[in-house]
Amino acid sequence: MKKIQLVSSLFVALAFFSGPAFATDISEMRTPAGLDVWYVQEKSIPILSVEISFPRGSVHEPDGLGGLANMVSSTLDEGAGDLNALAFQTRLEELAISMSFGSSKDTFRVSLKTLSKNRDEAFRLLGLALQSPRFDQKAVERIRRQIQTRLIGQAEDANAIAAKAWFKKTYGDHPYGRPSLGTKQSIARITPADLKAWVDANFRLDGILIGAVGDVDQAEIGRLLDIALAALPKAQVTPEVSKIMPSSAGSTIVIRKPNPQSVVMFGMPGIMRDDPDYYAAYVMNYVLGGGGFTSRLYQEVREKRGLAYSVYSYLYPYEHSAIYLGGLGTANERVVESLDVVKAEISKLAEQGITDEELVKAKVFLNGSFPLRLDSNAKIARMLVAIRISDLGMGYIDQRPGFINAVTVEDVRRVARRLLRSGAMTWVIVGDPAGIDG
Amino acid sequence: MKSVCFGIGQTIAVLSFAVLTSSPVQAGLFNPEVFELENGLQVVVLEDHRAPVVTQMVWYKVGAADEPVGKSGIAHFLEHLMFKGTTNAPGNTFSQTVAASGGRENAFTSHDFTGYYQTLAAANLEQVMKLEADRMTNLTLSEKDIVAERNVVMEERRSRTENKPSALLGEQTAAAQFLTTPYRIPVVGWAHEIQQLNREDAFAFYRQYYAPNNAILVIAGDVLTADVKKLANKYYGVIPRGDVTLRNWPQEPPQLSPRRVELRDQRVQQPSWRRSYLAPGSFDAKKHLAEPLDLLAQILGGGTTSRMYQALVVEQKIATSAGSWFSGDSVGPARFGLYARPVAGGDLATVEKSMDAEIEKIISGGVSEAELNRAKAGMLALATYARDSVTRKARIFGRALVIGQTVEGVETWPQRVEAVTRQQVQDAAKEVLDLRRSVTGLLLPEKKS
Repeated sequence: MKKIQLVSSLFVALAFFSGPAFATDISEMRTPAGLDVWYVQEKSIPILSVEISFPRGSVHEPDGLGGLANMVSSTLDEGAGDLNALAFQTRLEELAISMSFGSSKDTFRVSLKTLSKNRDEAFRLLGLALQSPRFDQKAVERIRRQIQTRLIGQAEDANAIAAKAWFKKTYGDHPYGRPSLGTKQSIARITPADLKAWVDANFRLDGILIGAVGDVDQAEIGRLLDIALAALPKAQVTPEVSKIMPSSAGSTIVIRKPNPQSVVMFGMPGIMRDDPDYYAAYVMNYVLGGGGFTSRLYQEVREKRGLAYSVYSYLYPYEHSAIYLGGLGTANERVVESLDVVKAEISKLAEQGITDEELVKAKVFLNGSFPLRLDSNAKIARMLVAIRISDLGMGYIDQRPGFINAVTVEDVRRVARRLLRSGAMTWVIVGDPAGIDG
Repeated sequence: MKSVCFGIGQTIAVLSFAVLTSSPVQAGLFNPEVFELENGLQVVVLEDHRAPVVTQMVWYKVGAADEPVGKSGIAHFLEHLMFKGTTNAPGNTFSQTVAASGGRENAFTSHDFTGYYQTLAAANLEQVMKLEADRMTNLTLSEKDIVAERNVVMEERRSRTENKPSALLGEQTAAAQFLTTPYRIPVVGWAHEIQQLNREDAFAFYRQYYAPNNAILVIAGDVLTADVKKLANKYYGVIPRGDVTLRNWPQEPPQLSPRRVELRDQRVQQPSWRRSYLAPGSFDAKKHLAEPLDLLAQILGGGTTSRMYQALVVEQKIATSAGSWFSGDSVGPARFGLYARPVAGGDLATVEKSMDAEIEKIISGGVSEAELNRAKAGMLALATYARDSVTRKARIFGRALVIGQTVEGVETWPQRVEAVTRQQVQDAAKEVLDLRRSVTGLLLPEKKS
């Protein structure tokens, strides 16, 4: 009975993912000012969602100013043009406009969501924030205090401590090893002039990527985007970031904290997004510790032994490097056992790969779940930009099932042998683990 | 803290639901179809044909507040155990089936309710309706499952609560706030009681509360109501009614004096301050205060333009965050909460004094028309934004009905918000923000000896 159920649902899922509703509705358009936009018109709800990405992130920060990109993202909506911080925020609230900014290692993200009836003002305000942010001294000082408090908070948080140590060990002094929030020293140093300089140097139209979903037609979305963006300078200064291989020296770092539960983070060099074996690695990760309640780590660590509430692994390809990360949280007395189980699973996968049945299930899940993730306009806009960041092309949504279905057991075996080298793994344990030195 | 729900794989904050629960739009916008099966199962269908996706949610009218004395955590433990299989679908057949269509699933427990959901391709709805109906009555549990899963729950408690001093303070303040309401006990349970939970406890709880006449089924997405009716009758309709005892929680006695809780922990580097006031829940004689209190929470401390943020963070520069929240959708008494975090090196007494001053100001001077209109605009817009997500719509109705609110109550919410006056907000502040009904919590580093 179990078998029959699975087979029939496989069939349904295969039929389903071949036609996600929006896939054929993406149009590539150009605004009057010449900006390339991927747009989906969705008329049923009177809202607009826009996602914008600049190809600049914390890796492009000047030396000594770590945390600058994040500080820009926290300060852009603190007053712009003739509106001070309170006036700007009040205007957003009155019109229920949601505007947010965020920096990652490689990119700077802008999200805007508005009721259609307020769209002109929403895009005008976004234009002000991007083109003429004020960075008033008082607002900057306030944001600085908030970041300083967050840094103190991170020093209490086992997960944050583990991540910081792991990245430092893996990337050393390369910008990828830098904490994205910055440090106490760098945050103290950043001036309003630094924030302004970042904006001037990096909010450029070359390399900008835009995705939009909304209930207006193409001409209208083009007009609105130009209000917010057309006045930005065009030419992009190519920033220098060296490609870097994560450290593969392999080590175990123990950071003692008086917590009842140890947080364990492990990782190793990963695989770049444009690597021919990327999809094989993607399938491999799903089987090892990817989403859902069916992965090997979930079964072995949580389901059978009750060692952890959360256990996971994921691929993290950056622009200039790639890592493969995992983690779990377990009682101090059970850290040794947990590490043994995880290590055994990783070795087993490296030596034996995955089974035919696992491959089929992984493909069905990875293909079937993709359109399900896109259950709101904002998520679709974000996905459009993600596809553009990885340069996967307009046809990606239609091609993706083919890429995943092409993966063979042998591909996974090959990529598992390549990635899962126990000697290359860095382990960080934060807590008071029993039976482990350090 | 009541605002945290415990899920098998992820947290779902009821606090965030609360905002959304209070965010439906003009009548007819969600267009829910509601019907009841002969066995008492209430069914809500929300058709949305934008994408071939469907969400099934089953909400049980039972939560941590219904647990027998000494068995804290059993509601949440049972939620985990519901993934262990049935006589018809052994082991993780259910999860495998969901995964086999690329679907997502999870579950959550609060003081008032327990819920299970799957989101997947609409074509697979029948399968998960069959499986969800099956586990309403046919759960099987091995001793081995019990032991392993109890350890999982202990790890969940460690990572959510025991590793986090602020979460420990949250437990202590809730316990101090409620003298008799079972909200005094954390949803996940006290550690020493979780460790004693066993198979019999889980089954007793399951048999007592998991029945069609104690549940709400919500189906949202690319479905037709007529089809859902057919399937609901076919799979859920055959389950007999259960003999469910009505909730009879002790009534909370009046709180007559302010309470203070100070938690010192060597791990704390950043002190923080919080306070909560007893407030009317959904069935209180004063439940009409709900919308004024929602708006009050927004005006007083709902964002960067709010009174508290402007006073403490912007003008006085003594805090890096300051705000307020209200979560009125509850079976028992609710709470109105305040929080603030001092600047590095700052002290809690200064922060508390300023928070008190803002409370005093709003009680004596009320709110301005501009403040009220801004708060209303934000809350009403959420209603439109909520329509964008199929699962969000399902949650709004599930959450409302499971605690005993009505579809009409949900549909007329915008009109109620619209109608709130400045006077009503001020009166609500006066009524609820009374220090005698509060618990103030301080989180501090350990004293240097």
